[in-house]
Amino acid sequence: MVKFNRFTLDNGLRVIVHEDNTTPMAVVNILYDVGSRDENPEQTGFAHLFEHLMFGGSVNIPNYDSPLQQVGGENNAFTSNDITNYYITLPSANLETAFWLESDRMLSLAFSKKSLEVQRAVVIEEFKQRYLNQPYGDVWLRLRPMVYKKHPYLWDTIGKNIEHIENAKIEDVKAFFKKHYNPQNAIMVVGGDVKLEQVKELAQKWFGPIPAGEKYTRDLPQEPEQHEERREIVTAKVPLNDVYIALQMPGRREQEFYAVELMSDILSRGNSSRMYRNLVKEKQLFSEVHAYVLGSLDKGMFVLEGKPTEGVTIEQAEAALWDEVELLKTQEVPADELTKVQNKTESTMIFSEMSLLDKAMNLAYYELLGDADLLNNEIQKFLAVTPAQIKEEANKLFRKDNSSTLIYLAEQ
Amino acid sequence: MVDRKTAPDFKAIDNINLIRPDQKKLANGAEIFCFNSGDQELVRIEWIFTNLHFDAAKPLLNMAVNTMLTDGTNTLTGAEIADKIDFYGAFLQVDYGFEQSLVTLYSLTKHLDKTLPVVKDILTNSIFPQKELDTFIRNQQQKLQVSLQKNDVVARRAFNKALYGDTIYGLAPDLDTYKTLHRDDLLVHFKQMYQPLNCSIIIAGKIEQATLDILTATFESGWENTTVAADTTQPTVNHATEHFYFVEKPDALQSAIRMGLPFINREHPDFPAVQVLNTVLGGYFGSRLMNNIREDKGYTYGIGSGISSHKQGGALFIATEVGADVCKAATIEIEKEITLLKTDLIPDEELSLVRNYMLGSLLGSLENVFSHADKFKNLYFSGMDYEYYDRYTQVVKTVTADELLKLANRYLDFDQFYKVIVGKY
Repeated sequence: MVKFNRFTLDNGLRVIVHEDNTTPMAVVNILYDVGSRDENPEQTGFAHLFEHLMFGGSVNIPNYDSPLQQVGGENNAFTSNDITNYYITLPSANLETAFWLESDRMLSLAFSKKSLEVQRAVVIEEFKQRYLNQPYGDVWLRLRPMVYKKHPYLWDTIGKNIEHIENAKIEDVKAFFKKHYNPQNAIMVVGGDVKLEQVKELAQKWFGPIPAGEKYTRDLPQEPEQHEERREIVTAKVPLNDVYIALQMPGRREQEFYAVELMSDILSRGNSSRMYRNLVKEKQLFSEVHAYVLGSLDKGMFVLEGKPTEGVTIEQAEAALWDEVELLKTQEVPADELTKVQNKTESTMIFSEMSLLDKAMNLAYYELLGDADLLNNEIQKFLAVTPAQIKEEANKLFRKDNSSTLIYLAEQ
Repeated sequence: MVDRKTAPDFKAIDNINLIRPDQKKLANGAEIFCFNSGDQELVRIEWIFTNLHFDAAKPLLNMAVNTMLTDGTNTLTGAEIADKIDFYGAFLQVDYGFEQSLVTLYSLTKHLDKTLPVVKDILTNSIFPQKELDTFIRNQQQKLQVSLQKNDVVARRAFNKALYGDTIYGLAPDLDTYKTLHRDDLLVHFKQMYQPLNCSIIIAGKIEQATLDILTATFESGWENTTVAADTTQPTVNHATEHFYFVEKPDALQSAIRMGLPFINREHPDFPAVQVLNTVLGGYFGSRLMNNIREDKGYTYGIGSGISSHKQGGALFIATEVGADVCKAATIEIEKEITLLKTDLIPDEELSLVRNYMLGSLLGSLENVFSHADKFKNLYFSGMDYEYYDRYTQVVKTVTADELLKLANRYLDFDQFYKVIVGKY
């Protein structure tokens, strides 16, 4: 149970306070309701590049990092297809420094040309390091456009290609800031060794004067239901063959999400999972095998992946993966097995309460989903899932004409 | 109007309070250390064993024995072990390190009566079935093939091999190395290593007397020492004479760089001060290497330096992946930054920032009771006590720029540097 209080400033900034006096630290987490799905299809990778630029100085503070390090703080950020999230941890005695820094960059950036030039180069190196210079590193660049034909999830957060990043201009940066970076589009969580009244006072002082800005109304093309089998084979400089099967699945806010998530646990979470037992240990068809969901807010992706062992053909490997999911479609999951994955989910949530930063990020994310208190009800939704529901969802999900199969063949 | 130009006042960190353990010894000689704190009804328990003498002819034994502990006992199959642990929402991990290997259980306290017996079974009855060993070898070989395609992995292997030679620190197996694994050796290794006298048990979380009672009852009876004591002596480290290694990858978009030299470890009195020096150089986001090579030149997504402290010596290293076309330029900049530490005093402002950053970082690393136990492990297995952290904070607060300049000249001898490049140069 994560307790919290909540208030909203006149300019629309939502603030959540989680008091936790077991730590001498404080966390300030700001979630901006903007991700790579909000990008112009001709300027992909921009939300992430922008995240880098948020550290390039703000209107009154030329350097973001040094003053924070000076007071013993640390920070980082990440961008996903849905959100951009910034966080600071620092000794609670210096909490105000975090308010000073974060409010100034919400007010306005410095928009320095040098910063844009350098961060463009840094992001291009990131593109190379994580996506191009790694075996299988380009998997999402290939798989996303197979699964999505209309929705902007069809590109990865890093962007469709390096050229989009190279072409970013300072005017684009300014326009993006104006459109997405204002109090109405943000959720701030302050947690740790803090008091509600103290946070109210600091929030009013530093964030109160920031203009509300324009409200961004999201209107994205939704992805139509898939009714065709999709397939791509690439021969690449990779050491082993690899099979990916991606299926369209319900979005994060849908009731069906919970059954689908548990299905991925039944298939591949831990050493007792079905795919690990049957395909890696018993039949020894794969050296590793995974099933997981990408829990996106709009229509998501359920992924089956496995690297076949030597001598196993791609056809055999694919058939083995389909056999496993076929079982979920035809036979109800035994009650014990469902209880097992539900117990695991429950204990994972209890363990995550050991981390202040995790709690703060979760509160922000669930507030975005509609209500921070959903975090505390989440486990009930997982526990309520029945074997019948799992079977029903498996039948909706695991259809050949809902699948996108990507095969990596090792160059001989 | 609020003044946004001026930073708010701040406070320096005074002292850091570490939770110290309660200690007891089981009749069979295993030590227990308890860290009691927190509100959640859960615990983390670690069984930590010192590694046996490293045998260069059978270099993977330690790793294989540890990793395969969950693969079957004479009463439970690997599948049954996994089922029991997963059913109670627990997590069972095995991890091997350079000096110690661990079995870790995360469990809700209410399920300890179900989860602890599984751990005991693993520690007393593991049998390393031949079929599981074959699967293990094949899967490890496949994973290795993937790792060997990663430039940073190849660079790390070459670097460690050069610095540490035929010791566990320098281990860089190839596909054939896995053929040295035999079930009989695993069984012998297991019996000698995983015995109570070679074990420290560390429990952290909300601990009540009943929790301790069940832990004691489970591990005090039916777990005995064998007649052969664990031989935990280690071979001496020898450094290679060749200092430069270049692995060419003609298609590389980026080159991995790893360079550094043999270094003092945590037990050395200069260790806290050289950590300050390392932080200035490449130990945090605002470091000189990051500022120069990422934030000014845009050569890389990230660069950092670190000090690995082992029982037998250690290393200071710098690691990065840079655009293949700027690899040479990047190494020149790295050398410049090291030279600068030896010729110019660190400015007051920078030094004060680094002091505060390091103390904040230490404070922030104490997130929960598990982190307090981790700090203790750092000390205990280096044969040190809590005085170390007092001295560490004292040195971080007071070490002068003069002293750091002297230390840079004493410890950062460029002729002693090993340099590895994987990619283009």
